[in-house]
Amino acid sequence: MGLLSDPNRRKALTSLLTRLNTPICVVCYLAGIAWFMGLAFEPFTLRTYMSENAMGSTMVEERFPAGERALATAREFAAHKRKVGGMPVEWLVKTMQARGLEVFTQSFTRTLPFPDENKERYMVRGTNIYGILRAPRAPRTEALVLSAPCSPDNSNNQAVGLLLGLAQYFRSKMFYVEFDCTSLSGFFSHHSGMDYTPLQGRAGSIQAALSLELSSDVITSLDLVLEGLNGQLPNLDLANLFHAFCQKIGVLCTIQGKLQRGDWDTAEGYTHAVQTMMLMVLKQASGRPWGDHGLFLRYHIEAASVRGINSFRQYKTDATTIGRLLEGMFRKLNNLLERLHQSYFFYLMPSLTHFVSIGYYMPAFGLLATILLLRALDLWVQLGTPAQVTEDGAVLFIFSYYKSFLSPSVLVPSFKPSMVISHLTGVALYTLPVLSQETAVEHFPVSETEAVVLTAIAIYTAGLALPHNTHRFISGEGTEQGWRVLKLVALLYLAVLLGCTALINFSLGFILAITLVPAAACVTPHMPKALTALAMVLLSPGCTLLYCVFIFQELQEAPVTLPEGWMLFLSVISQGILDHSLYGSLVYPLLALLIYPCWLLLWNILFWK
Amino acid sequence: MIFLKSSISTRWFWAPSAAPSSAAVSLPDSCEEELLIRPLHSGDIYASFQFRTLWDTDFLHQGKKVSHYRLFPKSLGQVLSKFSVRELHISFTQGYWRTMQWGQPIVPSPPGAELWVWFHNTVADVDGNWKELTNVLSGIFCASLNFIDSTNTVQPSASFKPLGLGNATDHRFLRYATLPREIVCTENLTPWKKLLPCGSKAGLAVLMKSEKLFHSSFHSQAVHIRPVCKDWQCSSTAWELRQTLNVVFDLYTSGQGKKEWSLFKMFSRTLTEACPLASSSKVYVDVTDNPEGELFDLSPATSVLNTAVVLGDRRTYSVYDLTQKETFGQLRSLNLVLRWKGESDMLRPLLHAERYVAGFGLQTGEIHTLIYNNHPYRAFPVLLLDSVPWYLRLYIHTLTVTSKTRENKPSYIHYQPSKDRLRPHLLEMLVQLPPHSVTEVTVQFERALLKWTEYTPDPNHGFYVGSSVISALVPSVVAMDTNNTQERPLFSSFFPTKEESSYFVRVYTEPLLVNLPTPDFSMPYNVICLTCTVVAVGYGSFYNLLTRTFQVEEPSQPLAKRLANVIRRIRGVPLL
Repeated sequence: MGLLSDPNRRKALTSLLTRLNTPICVVCYLAGIAWFMGLAFEPFTLRTYMSENAMGSTMVEERFPAGERALATAREFAAHKRKVGGMPVEWLVKTMQARGLEVFTQSFTRTLPFPDENKERYMVRGTNIYGILRAPRAPRTEALVLSAPCSPDNSNNQAVGLLLGLAQYFRSKMFYVEFDCTSLSGFFSHHSGMDYTPLQGRAGSIQAALSLELSSDVITSLDLVLEGLNGQLPNLDLANLFHAFCQKIGVLCTIQGKLQRGDWDTAEGYTHAVQTMMLMVLKQASGRPWGDHGLFLRYHIEAASVRGINSFRQYKTDATTIGRLLEGMFRKLNNLLERLHQSYFFYLMPSLTHFVSIGYYMPAFGLLATILLLRALDLWVQLGTPAQVTEDGAVLFIFSYYKSFLSPSVLVPSFKPSMVISHLTGVALYTLPVLSQETAVEHFPVSETEAVVLTAIAIYTAGLALPHNTHRFISGEGTEQGWRVLKLVALLYLAVLLGCTALINFSLGFILAITLVPAAACVTPHMPKALTALAMVLLSPGCTLLYCVFIFQELQEAPVTLPEGWMLFLSVISQGILDHSLYGSLVYPLLALLIYPCWLLLWNILFWK
Repeated sequence: MIFLKSSISTRWFWAPSAAPSSAAVSLPDSCEEELLIRPLHSGDIYASFQFRTLWDTDFLHQGKKVSHYRLFPKSLGQVLSKFSVRELHISFTQGYWRTMQWGQPIVPSPPGAELWVWFHNTVADVDGNWKELTNVLSGIFCASLNFIDSTNTVQPSASFKPLGLGNATDHRFLRYATLPREIVCTENLTPWKKLLPCGSKAGLAVLMKSEKLFHSSFHSQAVHIRPVCKDWQCSSTAWELRQTLNVVFDLYTSGQGKKEWSLFKMFSRTLTEACPLASSSKVYVDVTDNPEGELFDLSPATSVLNTAVVLGDRRTYSVYDLTQKETFGQLRSLNLVLRWKGESDMLRPLLHAERYVAGFGLQTGEIHTLIYNNHPYRAFPVLLLDSVPWYLRLYIHTLTVTSKTRENKPSYIHYQPSKDRLRPHLLEMLVQLPPHSVTEVTVQFERALLKWTEYTPDPNHGFYVGSSVISALVPSVVAMDTNNTQERPLFSSFFPTKEESSYFVRVYTEPLLVNLPTPDFSMPYNVICLTCTVVAVGYGSFYNLLTRTFQVEEPSQPLAKRLANVIRRIRGVPLL
């Protein structure tokens, strides 16, 4: 600060930053990207380790024997499902009661704002069936949840069978739990946040939850799904627990569907790790729950989904082994004395054995965010230059900035209308697609879902034409000072937005920063209009989404052609809107109400006259 | 050590042999023991032991010191006289009584430890006595009752009335506290067994093997002391010590598929004799639901049946009198065997309650208490007692009581707000429950930030909030049944008789586990470092900037000029 209170040295510093602004920004951008890519490099990451003492050192011996019986139950369940033509609620209730559980049901309905074409439904309805296994001598204060999603179209029968088998097994054993007993309850098909009938039976506050998805009798590997609503992740110890038991029992386990490779020092090994991490980043950025567990995370319940995968590998794992794995995990969770809190909540996983903690990945974002601040500083200095000559005291110097900045002649006409109008466009983008679907369906030969998506795209495109002319109606001519103030505001606004987003959901913040930061840093009115406009459009949030769709498909080794990708892009938009209305996912409102208006401000600068 | 042991047993076993000579005079003290076995609807087995010791002394009224003890345990007797206790009820429970599956318990108790004491109204310093008493009891029962202090003690105005003689109504002499976190295990059972006249040496108490008692779904042991009448005229009083032990055994875990129960399977012992000191020693088996043996087989069969109205329901019991030789048969041991034939189902008890915390996040929450009245046509009032620790700050203006979607205004509310670190919230309400309804009581709360030394060693486990207590007079099943002409003459059943028309029930809800905002305890160091840095660098230099006046510095003088000035200063000439 001594540096800044000395006008000479300050002058030197600011002149350095102004002079070298562009090179520093370029270096920061490249360093940010390089840092991010380095995160997947194994020597730079930490090995996972069990932090929770209660789960680490205690031994459990898994004895679950009844895999075959569980599969028989699964077949019976499938038969009943076919017979009823939906969920065999009564059969499930009876079966669970016969296994000594307290069984309750809860039905729910929710009308979606528009039909969901991916799942072909307009109304989300169903019944949760849950059985509570009361732990002996426990006062009903804590619970663990094992759930299996089952909707009529989804063949998750084996999971249901295994769940029932495990319930019976757990019921017949009385585990000697030291002092802290937890109730174990099974939920089936869990959804929340909708009209529902009141719960009849309760178990206690849920400590952890596992969701099981299993659609074949034998599997080759188990995949762990962590990403939940709004990019929330469960405590890393849950992933460690899963990995530890896979190792112990000898089941192949994957994350993002990718097996781990041992050769980190080869190019292929590194690429593999990058792919795994990128998949996690993209999934987290999407903000949607990638399994049934995702909804638990909102309530600060540590949860993960375990998905059985049956591929063409030789070595198969049977249901008994999966049962033993789950038994082991549950018994370790049962040993917990406290909620899972020891390990990380913010992390990225380039493989199941390695993780990148928040302290390691945040600098990548920080480097990108620095660019915005540097550009803002540059503009600030440029704006303040005339004032600087006349004043020499530091305090007066600062005030002079404010004076020039806050003077109504500069402030009001230059950025306020653009700000308001771009945000109104954002509000229109957020509300109109759903509101105007009926009108759109009347006038155009499209379905409701298409209507919503196409309206959203139309408003998005129309927004490009709207705001950049507005200031002219109000102030006549845009001044040179005007666009600088506007850009300064836009830069700081974007920096705050991205910073907040990255704190909640790093992946989303980083992905947006990659495209938005160069756009924000470079844009001025004095550039070749057509070329820059094209670049701006390519760097807009909508196009970022499009790239993400393609990259995601590429990483999943299911590349798509351009038209397929476009269709996928449309469905992603509709899913985003549906996730927002059904689960409260925040990505769509964030993009529509904040990021898109912010980008419009930049667009405005480009067409400043 | 050996000598000591034998001397004790001599004392025990000499006493009864002396008794017959003076039996007509009736010794001042007496004791009874009984075991009730009730097959529950869920297929589990409920075993309830009751031991009653009467002590014919009246030290409270006469103020004389008592130093002679026979059957009544001296440790408790001294406590009673020292602290001027009028009534004492203490229970230790591991597990939660599942009303929906098991019906009403004979002796209800909340999970953890519960202690309520009525002091004699001559006591001047009730709080002092209470504090000392809890510490003494903590030693006697090997439990953490010493954690009872003013922050978890309340004085209920209506919910806990004396069960013994005397109609004390001034709740200043009542103290009530629960420790929902208390864990009950063998170290609590051993001192409890030592209070029995025969210890665990003879009688029913031989069944109390801790490895079996704690291999169950529910375990509760209690001690109740109260003054009772000695005879029907109540000319003199006696102290009654009632020790109860309730266990529910799980059918699934130990049955291995076979639904069969026996005393030996439950307790790994059979009965061979009664406690020689006991005037009565009986085993009751509830056979009400099993008149023709369709639910279970009981062997050996007994012809002695006893009918009593228990908890508003007329029950029939097979009675095995252990003081009779023929009870034990030729094997000289009694091993009751029950073979299940029926199916298990859920009950609908007339009154039951549950409680949970709604909401997420660590700032606010809402406590929901649901009270079910499953009576088809009778409404009845219940007293709800809630004692909530101070660190949940109740927003009492958000208190709502609704039944059948309509507001249900309590006719009596007693609310005592909490004081931070001093006393808990106390909320008592008299609520009328409409027939066949669910009444929901909700109140919002804010989670307080504790000081960092106030957290428990496992703060992420959460903090316990004790059970709510619901006390009610529930219309009895017997009174509902107006067509029951089999046993009673017609003229007796037109007006419901008072003593049978309703019965007293106390229902405890589950305790709550609430997460409070918990700091990361490695954080203080980081926070101190960060704060110091911010203060030093940020605040310091900003303050500097704001308070300093800045002046343009003269360009530094050349060396020659400075030298010249030095010389001029020496010469006393004005400087250049």
